[in-house]
Order: sequence, then C-alpha cells, then structure tokens
Amino acid sequence: MSARGPSTARRAAPVVKDSGVCLRLYVTGATSLSLRAMANIKSICRDYLHDLNPDLQIVDLYRNPASARANQIFAAPTLIKEFPLPSCRIIGDLSKKDRVLHSLGLAPPPLPSKG
Amino acid sequence: MPKKKSSGQTVSAEFPKAPTGIQGLDDITAGGLPKGRTTLVCGGPGCGKTLFGMEFLVRGALHMGEPGVMLAFEETAEELTQNVRSLGFDLNQLIKDNKLILDTIPIEATEFEESGEYDLEGLFVRLGDSIDSIGAKRIVLDTIEVLFGGLSNQGIIRSELRRLFHWLKNRNMTSIVTGERGEGSLTRQGLEEYVSDCVILLDHRVNEQMSTRRLRVIKYRGSLHGTNEFPFLIGQQGLSVLPITSLKIEHNISEEKVSTGVPQLDEMFGGKGVYRGSTVLVTGGVGTGKTSLVSHFAEAACRGEHVLYFAFEESSPQIIRNMKSIGLNLGKWVNKGLLHIESSRPSLFGLESHLVNFYNAVNTHHPKLVIMDPINDFLSIGSTREIKALFLRMVDFLKSRQITLICTGLISHVDSAQETEVGVSSLADTWIHLSNLEFDGEHRRQLYILKSRGMAHSHQVRQYTMSHQGIHLDEISGRHASNHLHGL
Repeated sequence: MSARGPSTARRAAPVVKDSGVCLRLYVTGATSLSLRAMANIKSICRDYLHDLNPDLQIVDLYRNPASARANQIFAAPTLIKEFPLPSCRIIGDLSKKDRVLHSLGLAPPPLPSKG
Repeated sequence: MPKKKSSGQTVSAEFPKAPTGIQGLDDITAGGLPKGRTTLVCGGPGCGKTLFGMEFLVRGALHMGEPGVMLAFEETAEELTQNVRSLGFDLNQLIKDNKLILDTIPIEATEFEESGEYDLEGLFVRLGDSIDSIGAKRIVLDTIEVLFGGLSNQGIIRSELRRLFHWLKNRNMTSIVTGERGEGSLTRQGLEEYVSDCVILLDHRVNEQMSTRRLRVIKYRGSLHGTNEFPFLIGQQGLSVLPITSLKIEHNISEEKVSTGVPQLDEMFGGKGVYRGSTVLVTGGVGTGKTSLVSHFAEAACRGEHVLYFAFEESSPQIIRNMKSIGLNLGKWVNKGLLHIESSRPSLFGLESHLVNFYNAVNTHHPKLVIMDPINDFLSIGSTREIKALFLRMVDFLKSRQITLICTGLISHVDSAQETEVGVSSLADTWIHLSNLEFDGEHRRQLYILKSRGMAHSHQVRQYTMSHQGIHLDEISGRHASNHLHGL
C-alpha cells in the first residue's frame, strides 16, 4: 500500500486523496463489447466505488499489443483489479453487475436466480 | 476409425510443404506439413503431442530459418524448457536469438469470473504480437482444447476457434494444433472439424509389456501420403518416425567392391570382394569363426572408412581382446575413431527401439560398413513377419546410403535353417556359410559361398585355418585349381 502511495500521488493532483481501488480494463478497439464494458465499469465506479476514488485505466490492446502477453490476457474485454490485493480478473462486457461487484469484493455472491 | 478421404486428391499440383525436420516424418508426408496451413496432431495423454510440436518449432528455427511461436495452455515455460532439454534443445538460447517465443496461458490455474459477453480477441492480439515480434512462420497451439474446460460459453469458443484457424491461414502460418484424443472421435472437442488440411494421429500402446508408439497420417488434403501406421520413438535426438520401406526398390547400385579382408576369399568373389552397399550374411555353427571373419571385413574397411559394429553378445573390450588373438588389432581403429562398437542385448528393447538406435547410430557415425553380430537374438523378440520387416527396413536404409551390411547368424546346417532365418537370408545378396567338419581325427573348418547376386563367385568348399595371422584359406590342389569361378 505504501509502495503505491507516492506514485499515485505524483500522477494525480496533490489534493486528491490516494486511490482505494485500481482497475485496468483491457479492450480491443471500439467494438460493441468494448463500448459496453467501458460504460458498465464507469457506471460501477460512479455508483459503487465513488468513495474509494477509483483509479480506472482503459487499455486498448490494439495499441498496446505487448500488454496482452504481459498481463495474461486472452479474452476481451478483461477487467483486472490490481489493487487492493488479492487481485482478480473478470472477463466479459461486465453486464452482470452483481457478479462484478462480488468479484470486486463489494457485494455478497449473486444468487443463482439472479445470475 | 472414420476414414475420411478428401475426394479430389490431386497429385499434379505440387503442394508447398514445410519440412518438420522430424526424422522419417518428412518421408511419409513427401516433404513435411502443409505450408501456411494448420495440422491437427491428436492422441491420448503422453503420446508425444507436445514434443512433436516443440521439435517442429525447434527444427524449423534452427535449420529452416523459420522462427516459431509456442502457445501452451497446459505447461509452463519452465516445464517445456526442461522437458526438451534432454533432447539437446536449448529453448532459452532460441528465445534469446529471437527464433522462438514461448507463451503460456495457464487457463486452469488462473482464476477469473465471467460477466457478460466476451470474445478471444485478446488471444489474437497476443499471438499477432508474438508472431510479428520475431517474424514467426510456425506456430503450435498446445492444447487449445483446454479453453473448453476453462470458459463456460462453448459457443463462443467454437466460433472463435474457427476464426482463429482462418486467421492463421490468412497470416500464412504453418500451424500445429494439438488435441486430446476423445471417445469415438479424434479429439474430445471435435477439433478435426475445424482443421481440414492435415490430421496426424499419435498412439501409444503396450503390447506384451513392450510399449510402442505409432504415428498415422489420417488425412492430408492435396497430397499423397503413407497411410500406414508407422512406429516412432522418442529418442535422444527427438522423435524418429520409421518408414517401413520405400515402396519401390530403386537404390543406386554400385559396381565398386569392398574387400572381405581375407585375400583368398576376395578371390572367390572374383578378386576384389563383395559389392559396396550389398548385404552379406555369414552363417555357421558354434566356433566356426563368424566373428573373426566379420572382424576381417571391419579391419579392411577401417583403412580409410568408418565402420559401425553392433555386438549383441560380446562387449567391445571382449571383441577387441579376442580378435587380437588372430592378429587383428581392432583397438587401434577404435582409438582412431574409425571403428565404433555398440554393444547391447537385443532382448533389452523392442524391435522398434532397436531400429531407432540403429538409425541414430548410423546417422551419427556415417559408416560405410555396418556389422551386426549376431542377428540370432533378434529372431526371438518378435514374429517372423515383424523381424523380416525390421530387417527389410534396415537393409533398405543402408542400401539407400550405399552402406555395406554384414550380418552373422548361428546356423549349424544350411538345411536346418528356421523359417525366420530363411526370411532374413532372402534379403541377403551374398551368403557365406562356415562349418566344422570332423574328419580323420581332427576337425577342419570349411567355407563356401551359397549365393552372391550379380557376381561371379566360386562354388568350391574351401578349407580355412585361423591363426595369429588371421583367417587363411588353404590353397586348392589338383583338378579344382583352375577354372574355379562360375558366373551367375
């Protein structure tokens, strides 16, 4: 946690408090899957992670092809929660919000009927 | 086994092929795998699929100037590197030289959730990046079926795989996809539906406690290929597939002769010995001097050529010591690196192992003369048909390389030869028989030539002696002295 602190601070304005959650969304260009995933994660950030000051970055694999191998990506879109640990990854357009929230540690496991 | 054959097999259009560099495989497939297309290699667990793929990449990178990408779904890069190190493949060096990329996707070990729709475009990007970064021409996907276990949406995987194979073809990649053998189908997930160009089946079975691996080209669109099952081995130099024989008998024939090492015996063959590249069988009872005679052959050939001596009953030091007693200094040639003696017991391995060891030894030492002493023990480790096939392969292999083969066999009387021995002897071009004769209070050794294809040879039975100066054929006296050559 302390290791991340300074780097985040340097990137953001000094008055902004440290980010409590670090998310990376890997997409492949502007496909409908990509657009949906981006919209979904943004709305989750806005509605559920606001207090944590989420650090969300969207990585276009087409522009950064090497990052696919470096981050063990095979499906797109892929969301990786890098922080706080343990990290986790979710593949898909994130349209099943319950599952995403659960994976991020923000909600109890979704009931089968809902899922 | 579904025997699907593409109906429009054309022979005329030459199909571009990518040599695998795997011993024997390129012979069966008349040049290698279909270039720029995908080949499915399937088989049960432990049948050598991964190794097949690795060797294809390594040989391509080393010898054909075609860099390769390995995408492994089951094994880690360390495991892959370790596994092929024993075969002398240094993957780390290849990676350093930008000739190979080892990429692993440990799907089963990775935890992830699924939420909503996805595709495998990430995999495409990843592969594309690997391919571009080293200019890869070859790719192996091992074992891509793992995706089916790791991801829940089977429909997506199927359509993405179909797209992947198209994509590889469009990128002109010579690819291998491995698949686990399924019940009643070639692969568990029916990968054969997607790969239509070439399908190779590997098999590993145990018969009478002897394990044999077999390979079969099930399908090869647009190309002729051997359809038989071919035994293959994973040896010290990688995979070796053993084509049974070339279908035709068309070896280059030599007029050149090689000496038997016994001047009087050379005379019996018209002066100079036997044809180079021919197969010579030396038979005889116990203690008739078969090993001594072939040692003469060896000694004569060692004066300038490499000789490979397979000893199945005696160890190398023992042969060297024994032959010293008849004045043959084989140790000298061993030290000079011209004579290679390989001792092993035939019963230790299966027939196929022997064949592979044999091929490998010949390819390593490049001999001009090969000796197998004796072949009897072989006759006990397989059926007549198998043994005949084994010898046929060996003989063919050597003939195609103009290597002379000398075999010894323990037979007291030619008439009493067993079926198998007869089978083997029919492959011999020249047959020399040695025997002991008890006569007049002493035993005499005698020798005669049963047959020698294509050359005039003596029909006489000659007495010979063995002394510290080697084998010596006694002079013929009387009316037989002249005109003792008869042509065939």
